[in-house]
Amino acid sequence: MQWETVIGLEIHTQLATKSKIFSGAPTAFGAEPNTQACAIDLGLPGVLPVLNAEAVRLAVRFGSAIQAEIAPRSVFARKNYFYPDLPKGYQISQYELPVVGKGLVEIVLEDGTVKTIGVTRAHLEEDAGKSLHEEFQDFTGIDLNRAGTPLLEIVSEPDMRSPQDAVAYAKKIHQIVRYIGISDGNMQEGSFRMDANVSVRPVGQEAFGTRAEIKNVNSFRFLEKAIQFEVERQIDLIEGGGTVVQETRLYDAAKDETRSMRTKEEANDYRYFPDPDLLPLEIDAAFIKNATADLPELPDAKRARFHAEHGLSEYDANLLTGSRELADYFEVVAKESGEPKLAANWVSGELMAALNKAEKELAESPVSAPLLAGLIKRIKDGTISGKIAKQVFEAMWQGEGDADQVIESQGLKQITDSGAIETMIDEIIAANSGQVEQYRAGKEKVFGFFVGQAMKASKGKANPQQVNEILKRKLQG
Amino acid sequence: MSLDSSDVEKIAHLARLAIAPEQTERYAADLSNILDLVAQMDAVDTTDVEPMAHPLHMAQRLRADAPSEPNQRDLFQGNAPLAEAGLYLVPKVIE
Repeated sequence: MQWETVIGLEIHTQLATKSKIFSGAPTAFGAEPNTQACAIDLGLPGVLPVLNAEAVRLAVRFGSAIQAEIAPRSVFARKNYFYPDLPKGYQISQYELPVVGKGLVEIVLEDGTVKTIGVTRAHLEEDAGKSLHEEFQDFTGIDLNRAGTPLLEIVSEPDMRSPQDAVAYAKKIHQIVRYIGISDGNMQEGSFRMDANVSVRPVGQEAFGTRAEIKNVNSFRFLEKAIQFEVERQIDLIEGGGTVVQETRLYDAAKDETRSMRTKEEANDYRYFPDPDLLPLEIDAAFIKNATADLPELPDAKRARFHAEHGLSEYDANLLTGSRELADYFEVVAKESGEPKLAANWVSGELMAALNKAEKELAESPVSAPLLAGLIKRIKDGTISGKIAKQVFEAMWQGEGDADQVIESQGLKQITDSGAIETMIDEIIAANSGQVEQYRAGKEKVFGFFVGQAMKASKGKANPQQVNEILKRKLQG
Repeated sequence: MSLDSSDVEKIAHLARLAIAPEQTERYAADLSNILDLVAQMDAVDTTDVEPMAHPLHMAQRLRADAPSEPNQRDLFQGNAPLAEAGLYLVPKVIE
């Protein structure tokens, strides 16, 4: 039987505020345990939550970025469950009336096709603390620094049909939250966590299969592998005569498998109800205008513009708009060099490869955008060939100056003096009479040999077009 | 609507309340009475009434995003039954 995979994602992104969503405790990462947990975060009797304006502003920015409706009135609710890192016994979240309604994002698949993925909603909530199970023999240690940190939970429609779709969507959300500056998206620090709802159904069937939820995935690679594993598990299970149970599963990266997390027979029953400690959140047009006035050009708009304005392929445009920093870098190179396509090739090729190899971030690149533009100008005006340019780039990367300095000091200027090239070619022809005869006897492949010799003799500096022309003429004798 | 003993046991479990077996019948009756009262209210036509999230007719006030709470860990942990290395200790919650 042919199976179709159905995936929906819930993404928790930590909002970049200085203080917590309902208290004045700081949110800095990496502080000593429990030094950033105040009476409100601890759920001590008599305390009251007060909503952080910045958290609301950041949520509104996200809503606007995915073309969603911002609820004029939304309500905070208590989600009740017991766990030691949740001191109040409930998490303040939003349930029936979330702050951000239906929106959409576009993803670009590997073959360049664009697919729209629906976002069902996004709501504000507080994070829980951290449980440390390993440190003590008979106890669990609780660090409540993270308790009360603002989160935006972004819930997608079940619109994804493959692990690749899911990764493309998750990356797109990651890209958006960083573009609009609402989250640092740092996955190592847990600022961007993904839950995947995965089910399978026979191709052609409309009703969804029973889903399993894979919790707390914190890398795109693990997301892809976890979904892959889960899909195979469910298909094997059904084809073997079993049924999928609705449950929460955890991805174990070391074993590359998902396994059941809760075996409790009772389904989660959170008994949501409106939190009487908080009044309804009202957002008016002026608030939205203020929150979104300085929104930057969004990735999709940028991608479309790069495609239209600079003539880049959808693939290149998508790649180069991956982050704001990268897109800005590219635009400086394109503008200063006047060669957008060459700029795109160099940024996505040589530059990215060098950054990856050196494990450097773009901001740390020894070759700045104006420096790279300078190099491209020299390719454009024929001072150097594309091949020599790679050598110049390498030297620039090592800090040996700008393109002109490197070309000058290493004597890499392209030889365009046809007299000099002719002399060189005459010598090559004289030294290789055997190959000349082969060529004249019709073995045209030998031509490549002569080009190779000429480039070797000139250390790659001879202008390739001129070499071709002169060789052709001379060899014909 | 009425609750039976098994509903009471489930609710008690979710709320982590210990209820003696002989009490469940009484709780079932009491809680059912409350639900009956709610059902009575539910029967009223509220078509034009906006659902109420809070009895006060006010909107949530917002706080400026500025850290204002000092570190009072020692004070708070003085109240905790067990704390070590800055962590609150609780009985192990996983095997």
